[in-house]
Amino acid sequence: MNYISIIKNGIVKENPTFVLMLGMCPTLATTTSAMNGMSMGLATMAVLICTNFVISCMKSVTPDKVRIPVFIVVIAAFVTILQLVIKAFLPDIDAALGLFIPLIVVNCVILGRAEAFAAKNTPIASLVDGIGIGLGFTLGLTLLGICRELLGSGSIFGLTLLPETYNILLFVLPPGAFITLGFLIAIVNKLRGN
Amino acid sequence: MKKLESTLLNMVLALTGVAVIMGGILAYVNHLTEGPIALQKEKILADGIKAVMVCDNLTVAKTDEVKQNDAKGKEMVYTIYQVKDAQGNDLGAAVESTTGGFGGDLKVLVGFNPEGQILGYTLLEHAETPGLGAKADKWFQKGGKGDIIGKTPSEPLTVSKDGGQVDAITASTITSRAFLLAVNNAYNAYKATPATDGETGATKQHN
Repeated sequence: MNYISIIKNGIVKENPTFVLMLGMCPTLATTTSAMNGMSMGLATMAVLICTNFVISCMKSVTPDKVRIPVFIVVIAAFVTILQLVIKAFLPDIDAALGLFIPLIVVNCVILGRAEAFAAKNTPIASLVDGIGIGLGFTLGLTLLGICRELLGSGSIFGLTLLPETYNILLFVLPPGAFITLGFLIAIVNKLRGN
Repeated sequence: MKKLESTLLNMVLALTGVAVIMGGILAYVNHLTEGPIALQKEKILADGIKAVMVCDNLTVAKTDEVKQNDAKGKEMVYTIYQVKDAQGNDLGAAVESTTGGFGGDLKVLVGFNPEGQILGYTLLEHAETPGLGAKADKWFQKGGKGDIIGKTPSEPLTVSKDGGQVDAITASTITSRAFLLAVNNAYNAYKATPATDGETGATKQHN
């Protein structure tokens, strides 16, 4: 399979947020602002690329019946590494997302791609799939974050665009996440021509 | 490539192997990041103390841990950093105080001058809602709508809804109450400790 099409597949055809609808928990919880959404997307992408590659390398020495526990151990290890690195070198992101980083372990996107792609394809293709799906996830979360931040706090990436009187508080709160996500999925599906 | 058979031995070996390798990598990364993480924490605290004391050139003369029961009788621990300026003058203290906010623990660092006036504050840790309770980092600062700088909490500070003088953050009364409680507790803990100078403080701290 050619690598460009794998990346395109991850961003458009199998976009984890809008099409596969995997990993909804961090999607809804962390997208209170564009910056938070993007950071969470990038963090997930970093883990996904590493786990996809390693799991694909190990696929021939992983007995089928214990593959899920093996995947989870690998994923948990990489998430913990990421958490330590963020804590040590990126304190601002740690303050905003610290709570959600450990949850990447149980993010269905990561286990889903390990099972559906990495366990069946070559390490390089899996790595590329990690980049594609990761970009798709980051794009989805950033888009959701932009919409919620604009409607809820009147700014995008912290840049104020609307005066405070136009802010609709609801969009920063959990219900706003569901409403925005619903509308975005509808728009994306319309654009994809389904 | 042929897959490894799912025999008991293979399964045990694969899982143990993966766990051991990953454990090793984790231990190594933990070792690498331990130093920087501790440094970051110290830096955040040091910057916080400077910010709340409104003074760039200061030294922490003494650090006390004070245990005190709060209004509900629960024992709370406060960390008090007695602060002096470059000339050795007593500037007061920065007090670390924790209460339960809306989304989790709310950890506040409050600076007091020797008279007990609030010099400044900063949020060290919080899990309040962004756009609502999280506004507490600016709301109670000088020029903010719920300005508490310069006040002395000898009478506990309360929000106007509870008959107090401080305006609560719009739609975040719980956070505002928790924040003011943290400030009041910090003040009480500060007042309960002896000052840095003088024999009382020195003799008491010979441990």
